[in-house]
Amino acid sequence: MKYLDEFRDRELAERLLHEIRQTVTRPWTIMEVCGGQTHSIIRNGIHQLLPAEVEMVHGPGCPVCVTPLEVIDRALAIAATPNVIFCSFGDMLRVPGSERDLFQVKSAGGDVRVVYSPLDALQIALKNPDKQIVFFGIGFETTAPANGMAVHQAKVKNIRNFSMLVSHVLVPPAIEAVLQSPGNRVQSFLAAGHVCSVMGYWQYPEIVDKFKVPIVVTGFEPLDILEGIRRVVLQLERGEARVENAYARMVSHDGNRPAQDLLAEVFEVCDRSWRGIGCIPQSGWRLSEKYRDFDAEVRFDVGSIHSNESTLCRSGDVLRGALKPHECPAFGKECTPRHPLGATMVSSEGACAAYYNYGGIIPAESLTHA
Amino acid sequence: MCLAVPGRVEEIVEKSGILMGKVNFGGIVKDVCLAYVPEIAIGDYTIVHVGFALTRIDEESALKTLEAFSKMGLLEEEFGASEEAAS
Ligand code: SF4
Repeated sequence: MKYLDEFRDRELAERLLHEIRQTVTRPWTIMEVCGGQTHSIIRNGIHQLLPAEVEMVHGPGCPVCVTPLEVIDRALAIAATPNVIFCSFGDMLRVPGSERDLFQVKSAGGDVRVVYSPLDALQIALKNPDKQIVFFGIGFETTAPANGMAVHQAKVKNIRNFSMLVSHVLVPPAIEAVLQSPGNRVQSFLAAGHVCSVMGYWQYPEIVDKFKVPIVVTGFEPLDILEGIRRVVLQLERGEARVENAYARMVSHDGNRPAQDLLAEVFEVCDRSWRGIGCIPQSGWRLSEKYRDFDAEVRFDVGSIHSNESTLCRSGDVLRGALKPHECPAFGKECTPRHPLGATMVSSEGACAAYYNYGGIIPAESLTHA
Repeated sequence: MCLAVPGRVEEIVEKSGILMGKVNFGGIVKDVCLAYVPEIAIGDYTIVHVGFALTRIDEESALKTLEAFSKMGLLEEEFGASEEAAS
């Protein structure tokens, strides 16, 4: 497929790897923020092809993984409410709540539906005027334009039986939280390309100035990731710290203005707790005052639910880059994708699932042969 | 939900006030909301997240990047080759 195969070319990957090997003289730690990039790195065996000096640490950028347990429990309570059709992206169904998951609510007779887009949930609302339709609006800045548009349309078209359980998270505050966490080893970042295609990268110079770390906007295909790493290593070796864009075919400095305008209208910044990590100030979006009528937490009384996290799960350490998934004692034993203890084992973007599914044993063969 | 691949815009229509379209992902055609990429044209490539096109792919920049990659290390290879020939 166009712009896919080209960026998986094996010979060009060798060239980029060669450049990285030539450049590196000392050990460096790089965090890829986005779970999609983690997935691509492990799946393509990139972490094993890199010189030993370059260590990739996997970041907290998996929305399924960081959606707080309290919110999952609220989702479960709403989904089990009679007369509700609960709509969600498919990868949320197996995320463990305190006692069960959405899949179990569905098996027990709850009307839980997987949708591809939040607009599909809006259609379901139009077709079922006697039901309450709740959409589980989670994700980073990449899914927010879609979720925001669905709520906006509900308001414009006065679709009163639609509401959204919102738990949006933001990348730049998460990067700052990683840098400020005690014992942080991360020296540089690959910024998530698709988040930047929405938001641009005007937010990053402030972080770079404050912490003196290189940040390179990076794509998802093997060549994109290698190029991001190459540029980061070059900066690190030269003692530089700048924002660079290694994904210019998708990302501009300003990002997508129409999307940003809608986001500013529908959402407002709030403190958000991240599963396994804890509260990060000003790191989330909730519906703004104007849209509060469409907030499922307002429409349904689910505020007082008590949540209990598994005591075995170390996903917080995994998400902060302090622990590699296979170093967790429960990895592959008590915890597997079929019986996940933590959300990082559920989502295909979760680091634990990536390690479990690909085991880090498929090196360059999965790259396209030139 | 965050993984996204490039697709080609094949149809653009306005549906109850929103710009919608059909995007072909290597043979799989999906209905996609184009409201955030109003400048997009048929034949353009875009990246889609949960049913929404987020950006128009800049083809020129894609080609430039690939060209830069393919030139990488060429100089060195030539020098390396000539050294080998000399020895
Ligand atoms: S392997 Fe399972 S238990 Fe361990 S950190 Fe990952 S999700 Fe949690």
